[in-house]
Amino acid sequence: MWQFFHKLGSPKWFYGIATRFMPWLLVAGLMLLLAGLVWGLAFAPKDYLQGNSYRIIFIHVPTAFLAQSMYIMMAAAGVVTLVWRMKLADVFVKAVAPVGLVFTFLSLFTGAVWGKPTWGTWWIWDARLTSMLILLFLYGGVIALDRAINDEKSAARAVAVLVLVGVVNIPIIKYSVEWWNTLHQPATLKLTEEPSMPTEMLVPLLLSIAGLYLLFGWLACLRMKTEILVREQRTRWVKDMIMAGGR
Amino acid sequence: MAFDSFSAFLAMEGHGPYVWTCYAVFVVFVAGMMFWSARRNRAVIEGCKRRFEQQQGTSGQDVRQKASATFTRVEVSQD
Repeated sequence: MWQFFHKLGSPKWFYGIATRFMPWLLVAGLMLLLAGLVWGLAFAPKDYLQGNSYRIIFIHVPTAFLAQSMYIMMAAAGVVTLVWRMKLADVFVKAVAPVGLVFTFLSLFTGAVWGKPTWGTWWIWDARLTSMLILLFLYGGVIALDRAINDEKSAARAVAVLVLVGVVNIPIIKYSVEWWNTLHQPATLKLTEEPSMPTEMLVPLLLSIAGLYLLFGWLACLRMKTEILVREQRTRWVKDMIMAGGR
Repeated sequence: MAFDSFSAFLAMEGHGPYVWTCYAVFVVFVAGMMFWSARRNRAVIEGCKRRFEQQQGTSGQDVRQKASATFTRVEVSQD
């Protein structure tokens, strides 16, 4: 167990593993996402209440889902940074934060465009929307704080603290639709209950969530590899690998 | 197929502009992020390669030996 933990912390070991898994993540992710989106756009039945505008759900929910679970992963990595000082955890936070920013923006944007025909407004200061906007600012804050501190170790610790403080926002996002009387509809997918959606809509939604998850895995591996190269470019293994034509 | 014709598919009973805007923005952002990340990765690899080749070109084996023993951290621009 401890040996595995040590290996996991080794940038060189991670680099090799990531290189091996990346093609699979990319191919599987693209295929699942494409299948989910085409199915959702053209083949799923239309919603009896919202008509065809509901088809936005097939990108709105996956991006929102990813944006939140990415933040939880970053918080876990933040704990690892603070407790064990593992370099790879900080590399993860740094590599993933911009992806989280983009996904949060996409979920807010698609939500606004979906809101117009459904609610009659692009934006409203309701609990779900506001807490999601705070998530966007948190991602922005993490990126800005990391860039503002030059020393790598201090930056890693400061960013980890910020990420951990911000994690309080995640349950607020999740339960906002239950705690407050929001305009936003309640969750479509719940772990503890039967989904409130017919199978013909649920399957493409799950496909696109899975596909986007795998694509995120590919992006995270790629961006972590870049960050590792930048940090370790003076080491022997990086030199040997690049001179041998490795990627 | 949930639609009778291709034009009905594009129009989506009036919701077309909303749905297609979302999908277009999604594709542009995700593809852009993938492309940009891959390009930066390649640029970093090329940069390292050029530097290693330069080192080897100037004083051959000596620099190589030295490089293997240096583990100093250096400031690198994150841009």
